[in-house]
Formats: sequence, structure tokens, C-alpha cells
Amino acid sequence: MKTLDKQIGAPMNRVDGHQKVTGAAKYSAEYELPGMSYGVLVGSTIAKGRIAHIDTKAAVGAPGVLAVITHLNSPQVPGFKPTGKDPSQPQTVGGPLKIFHDDKVRFNDQPIALVVADTFERARYAARLVMAHYTQETHQTNMAAGAKDAFLPTSAQKNPKSPMADYQRGQADAYKTAALKIEQEYVIPTEMHHPMEMQAITAHWEAPDRLTIYDKTQGTIGTRRDFAKEWNLPEANVQVIATFVGGAFGNALHSWPHESAAIIGAKVVGRPVKLMLTREQMFTQVGYRPYTWQKVGMSATADGKITAITHESIGQTSTYEEFTESTLAQTRMMYQSPNLTTRYRIAALDVGTPIWMRGPGEATGAFALESAMDEMAYLLKLDPLEFRLRNYTDQDPEKNRPWSTKFLKECYRAGAERIGWTKRKLEPGALRDGDWLVGYGMGVGTFGAHRGAAHVSAQLLPNGTVVLQCATTDIGPGTGTAMTQIAADTLGLPPEKIRFELGNSGFPQSGSQGGSSTVNTVGQAVQDACMALKDKLRELAAAGAPAFASAKKEDVALANGYLTLGSNAATRVPYADLLKQPGAALVNVESKPTGNDGQLYSMYSFSVHFAEVRVHALTGEVRVSKLVSCADAGTIINQKTAANQMKGGAVGGIGMALMEHAIIDDRYGRYVTKDFADYHVPVHADAPAVEVYFVNQPDLHVNALGTKGIGEIATIGVAPAIANAIFNATGKRVRELPITPDKLV
Amino acid sequence: MNSEPDVPANHDENRRTFLKQSSLLTALALVPGPVVSAAAAKLDERVADAFEKIPLSLKVNGVKHKLSVEPRATLLDLLREQLHLTGTKKGCDYGQCGACTVHVDGQRVNACLSFAVMHDGQEITTIEGLADGDKLHPMQEAFVKHDGFQCGYCTPGQIMSAVACVREGHAGSEGEIREYMSGNICRCGAYANIVAAIQDVKQGGQKV
Repeated sequence: MKTLDKQIGAPMNRVDGHQKVTGAAKYSAEYELPGMSYGVLVGSTIAKGRIAHIDTKAAVGAPGVLAVITHLNSPQVPGFKPTGKDPSQPQTVGGPLKIFHDDKVRFNDQPIALVVADTFERARYAARLVMAHYTQETHQTNMAAGAKDAFLPTSAQKNPKSPMADYQRGQADAYKTAALKIEQEYVIPTEMHHPMEMQAITAHWEAPDRLTIYDKTQGTIGTRRDFAKEWNLPEANVQVIATFVGGAFGNALHSWPHESAAIIGAKVVGRPVKLMLTREQMFTQVGYRPYTWQKVGMSATADGKITAITHESIGQTSTYEEFTESTLAQTRMMYQSPNLTTRYRIAALDVGTPIWMRGPGEATGAFALESAMDEMAYLLKLDPLEFRLRNYTDQDPEKNRPWSTKFLKECYRAGAERIGWTKRKLEPGALRDGDWLVGYGMGVGTFGAHRGAAHVSAQLLPNGTVVLQCATTDIGPGTGTAMTQIAADTLGLPPEKIRFELGNSGFPQSGSQGGSSTVNTVGQAVQDACMALKDKLRELAAAGAPAFASAKKEDVALANGYLTLGSNAATRVPYADLLKQPGAALVNVESKPTGNDGQLYSMYSFSVHFAEVRVHALTGEVRVSKLVSCADAGTIINQKTAANQMKGGAVGGIGMALMEHAIIDDRYGRYVTKDFADYHVPVHADAPAVEVYFVNQPDLHVNALGTKGIGEIATIGVAPAIANAIFNATGKRVRELPITPDKLV
Repeated sequence: MNSEPDVPANHDENRRTFLKQSSLLTALALVPGPVVSAAAAKLDERVADAFEKIPLSLKVNGVKHKLSVEPRATLLDLLREQLHLTGTKKGCDYGQCGACTVHVDGQRVNACLSFAVMHDGQEITTIEGLADGDKLHPMQEAFVKHDGFQCGYCTPGQIMSAVACVREGHAGSEGEIREYMSGNICRCGAYANIVAAIQDVKQGGQKV
């Protein structure tokens, strides 16, 4: 019999590629339901105050309008009654906006009315007829002003061990008294996720107490919990379907007002409601990477040993919900500094709540830390790679534990070679190609190798195929493909015989797709479920062929409709024989981290990015001519999709470094960037060739597969690599992103 | 299907009927009583609604449709909401992202930036019409092979644009492809793979 090719690591084509290239893949606004109606939201035109009067008469009378819902006539949502703490949002203090619940306006473009009509055009027209008058209050949307009232997050006030609490090792602010030191401020503006699929939901009450939503979400289970709670329903009565998600990058990790609005709308009109936000509403209603001010002080000895780092940051949040992220995490563990201080604060502004955006806080923090590393190296007249090597950590200096695995030096070596680091000159402005100044820079990234709990079911069907199910989602990395590969190797079946189904809250539970944790978590659950299925099949087979009773698990092969034993070709049991009892060959396995590896080791993915940039000497135009991204991300399940994810993260980093900037007009508290003409994201012309290198060494402390996660480290460290390369090319150090030409001429 | 063959095909005829009806309504409105009640009942709007639909003949992916559409409906919304061809995506609705790219009489067009009624008698090809039955178009094959996507949402637009890019003769080099594909945004950042797919098709010399 032909031996099956190993699938883990192979560059397999995506299992859903055919659906994606033919238009067959259905996203949340693309389901047809009988009696479909369309919802369009009306947003407030002030940032803070109260709705004094809202006139909906013209909208109500417009053709095709089924309902106009405001705080004056919205049905009571049971979950909107004050209950104190909101356990569904454990990361934050406060709570999500309760739409149409009261007359208060908390941010500009907050939804104040929902128009539902029988066609999209009619709903959109009628929405323009809704007129609101306000009692305006003074708002604050300016971070420089708001930062004066920045505070320690409530989570850290309550728990001094919180990662958001102040951190200290050695002496506080020890850099201040050193001879060789830098002290600089860095700013990251508000950035928007802007997935290509705008947030959309189709809400359908199938019965007065039974709700189905087709929703753009990164977690079907979390979304189900949120809306079951909002409507005081048993979770089993709420179904969340997210088979395909058109990108998200973090902004579908939270339940947003438009989702509640569509559900309320569907309740009122007794028909399914489809609601897709406009691109303009994507700026105001579904989160963003918060504007963050940072200050880094660093000192070192003349031979390049860091003696102290102080890293402070203030990020923005909303007035009604405390958002926090791990901006300072990388600083505490990346370099061997005996004295280290971090202080994290947040400032509440009259804006919508931020939400983690790819690389989240770590990407923000890495911009400051890795820029500061470059500044310090330059002060010391050291190569920045050499400076990092002199401060390399062989164990976690924050927790004083060994790393589970760390192959960052291997990444440094591979990356330096591929970018041609030896071409780099220590003095800036030394390399020139005609009118273009050429420079090289590097930036390091890290992110926790998180693994959570997940359930996966596996079932053998009479036709010899295996169906696996899990509630996890796939926002683009290729989850279904990676899971199929893991299952194929574990079961000894070709990938065509396996179907991995996801994106449905009715499937066995898992966490949200975020924080680079899906393969670590669900991948392991798939492997465990497949092992359990094999065990079960062996048990069932043993009843028909005693040879299986004493067989080793590894020796049982499933192929061509038969179970066979490697050692005994005569032992063959047809699958169909195993399936005489219904459900006989079905397992449902919960998989979670066991043992205490999490206490004994510090587990992280690592990356380094090397950039080559060309800056036009006259116009200040920056072209990233080459990027090399190297990752120590444990076992790589699929070389093709993993490399794609790395390249995509690098493109995100280019946006962060060179163009992304959501600008608010503080006079009105409203974003003036409201589409892709104002808010620039990288296009084809901005994206260089990205060379990707994976160390591909398993980390068996994370899970048996040895994976560590890719999504975040693909972006973390890219922006500083580009900023540092621009310094190397021009001698100009830009500490406020994005680095637009005006800052270079 | 949403085809509505009963609606009179003659556009001008329909328009005249509407105007006649409107004049009648205006005459009625000269009487003070009915003025008030007609306004309250939004009679004018309702009459307008009934007559403002415009007949439209389109060929989409080789299938003829006789439709009746509101003039304010975009080609994109017509495809997605009335013809249920949801392969064409809405990514911005402002003609800035390219997710809605379709071919109109062979030219690439942002479906969100054009009203459906502007395309009377024209031939539209969407992503659903690109493959030859079960056989994928070479560009679709190349996107799968080179992993020219992640989430897949911009993909139909990228592919329609890519096919046009090759047909236009704008796929001569990597740089040229990047320039002529820059109207199609991929936020996942699969650009390098998309360009590789286009180059593969271009160099493969297959008929696109």
C-alpha cells in the first residue's frame, strides 16, 4: 500500500480556495432569507450630549419603511438593565454601548436610529430623513489634552499583579543618572482595522425566543454568549454563523452596537434584517488601534550593555468602557536590563471604544522600544544587530524562568543574510542610488504563545470520510486548511477524505480567533479528537477482529474504507461494519493545556524584520524596496499559508509605518478621514517582495504539535524596522507615525 | 429569479404614464382638502414609487434578465440583492477598493460606482461567470496555486481585475502589474502572491 505523504508542513492549497475564487464563499450579508429587510443606521452628529428631540415622521412615512427605531420606541432589551459587572467582557471595565437605551450621546456617529425598509435603497433614503436635535455638552477627543487625566486601569488598581500594573525590577528610572542615555517620546496615531468586508450582520428571529445571526465575528461562542445575555435567552436558543469572515484583524473580537441594533430591528419588524456598516461607520463604531503616547528612557555601558530602561505609555479609551492592551510587555522580557520600569496608563475620551488591532499593544510598544534600541545603538556607534546580541536574554528576565524555546538568534542570522545587512553603513545617508537614499533597519517582535481550551468533534461517515467540527472561525489565516492537514496526519487519511467544519456556535466550543492562538489551541484539539477517534475505531474493530484488541494505536491505519493493522495485512475491517450503531464512530473531545509547563516556562513566538528602504532625496517619498521577515513560531503547519500570513503582517506594518492615520477634528469630535481616499492603506504599488524565513522548530511545551502562533509577530516589529531604515537612509529620526514625506523634507 | 417580464419594456411609455399620473395628482392637489390628506398619506411619494421603477435588460454571465429597478440602485446592489450574485463584494461603496470589480462589455468597472440603469443592453460578467462550468479560469487556478488571498473577500474583485489587467496588456512586468492592480485593495496583504498568480497566467500564455 502506498504510504501517505506527510501533510503537516506541506504547502497544501487551501481547502476553501475553490469557494473563494468562484464567489461561492458566503459572508454574513450574503445569506438569502424569506422576507429579508434592510437596516441602515443613523449616527449622531455631536460627540457628547443628549438627544433633545428626534423627528422620525418623514422617515416613517417614506416608501417601503417598516420601522424607525430610536431610544424613544425601542423594545426593552433585558440585558440592558443595569446589573453591575458584565462578565462577558472580562478584559474591560464598564460595558459595551447599550444602543437605543437612553438619550445620551457618547461619541460622534453613535447610532441613534435604525431605519428598516423592504429594500436597501429605501432604507438608505429614509435614514437621511431622520432629524435629531441635541443638547450639546463639551467633549474631549484630543489625546494631548485628555492625557492629563490619564489613569491606572481599574484592573491594575484592583490587582497589583495585573500585567497592566506598574512594573519594577532593580532601581526605578535608573537611566536618568547614567552617562550614556537616551530619552525620547514616540507617538502612534489612531489606526483603523478596515477589513475589506465591512461589519455586517443578518439577524433572524426564528421564533420569539430563538435567534439566528449570520455575523462577522472572530468568535461564534463569545458572540452567542453576548446576545443570549442581552436577550436573556438560554445560549442554546441563539445560533451564530460565521462560516466566512472577510478579514477582521481584531475588530470582530467585540460585540458592537450595530449587531444589537439589527437584532432589535428584526424583533420589531418580525422579519430578518440585514445590516452592513458603511466604510465611514467603520471609523466610528467598531474599534481601532488606540492613539498611544510613549516615552522610553534607556541607558547603557560604553561596551553596549543596557543598564536601565523606563518605558511609559498612555493609550486612549472611551468614557464608557476601559480598553487595555499589552503595550509594555515586550520591554519587560526582550532585553537583559537589570533596572527596568514600566508604567501603563489610559485616558478616557469621547470616542468609541478601541479594540485590539493586529499585533495589538505589542506592535505599538515595539515601535517605541525597537526605535529606542536603534537610537541607543547609534549613540554607542554600534551595529544595531550587534547591540541586540549583546543584550540577548537566555531566560525570561521578567519572570526568571527559562524560555520554552527561543530561536531568535537563528532568525537574526537568517534575516541579516537575506537582506544583505553587511551593505548597511553605520552612518546615515551613506548609501545613495541616484536621487534615492538607501537605508537598512531592523525591528524585533514577540507575542505570547497562548493556548486555551477547545472542543472538537470527529465523526467517521459510512463513505470513509471524517468530519471534524469546531466553533472556531477563520478570518483569513487558513484555519480549515491547517486543521485538515493535522487531521490527515493523525488519522492517516488523505486530506480529501477529511472535512473540517467551523464558524458555527452549534459546533463544539472554542475561543475566539485572536492572539495567534488558534492553531495552538484548536490544532491540538483536532489532533486529540483524531487520536480519540482512532481509539474508538480500534475498540469497535476489536469486536469484529480480535487482532485489533491488542494492537498499538499507531499501527492502526485507516485507508480505502478499511481499518488495517500494519503488522498483519490480513486484518481488515470495513468502516461500514463499525457504523452499525448510530453515532458509533463519533467522538467529542475537550483539549486543554495540562501539566504545569505554563508555570515553569515562558512561552513566546519571536520575529525579526529587516527592511531596505529608498527615500527620495527631494520629495521625501519612501519606498520599502525589500522586507525580510523571520519567525521562530514553532512547527509550521502549512508553509504556503503561513508564509502568506507573514507577508500580510509585513504589509500591515508598512501601513502602520508610512500611511495609516485616522484624523479626528477635535472641534467636532468627528473623524475627517472617512474612506480609503483619506485613510490610506497599502495597495499593490506599496507592497514589496517579502522574503519569509521560518525556523520551524517545534515547541513541545506549548502543545504536542509544537506550534507557537504567527499572526501577531508578523506585524510586531515591522514599523520600527522601517523607521530605523529611514533613519539609516536619511539621518532623520521620526518618532511620530506615520512617516509621511512632509516629515522627511 | 427576480426577472419581471410583465413590466412594460418600453421605457419612454412608462415615463409618460408616470408624468400623466403626476399631473392628475397635481390637479387634485389644487383642492385644499386633498392637499393636506395627500401630503399626510405621502401619496405623492407612493405614486412616484410605483412609477419610478425603470425597465432594464441585462445579460449577466450569459443569462438575459428583464428587470425593473429603481434608478438609484447601483449595479453592485442589483447583482447582490436582486440577482443574488453575491460573489461581487461591497468593500467601500465609494469606488476606492475594487472589491466590486466586474466586467461590463469586457471592461473592468467598479460596480458600486455605476447605477444599474446605466447598463441597459450591456453584458456583465461577474466572478460567478468566469469559470467554464466546473473548469476554473486559469486566473482562478493561479490564485489557488499561489495562495493569492487570505480571507477571500477582495478575491473576486482581484481576479476580475487581474483578468482585465492581462487582457489590457498591462501585465508586462511585476511593476506594471502592481501599478495596474492598485485599485484593488487586499487588507490581508496577499499582494505578493496575487502578483505571482498574475505573472504565472501571463507567462503561461493560456487564453484569458
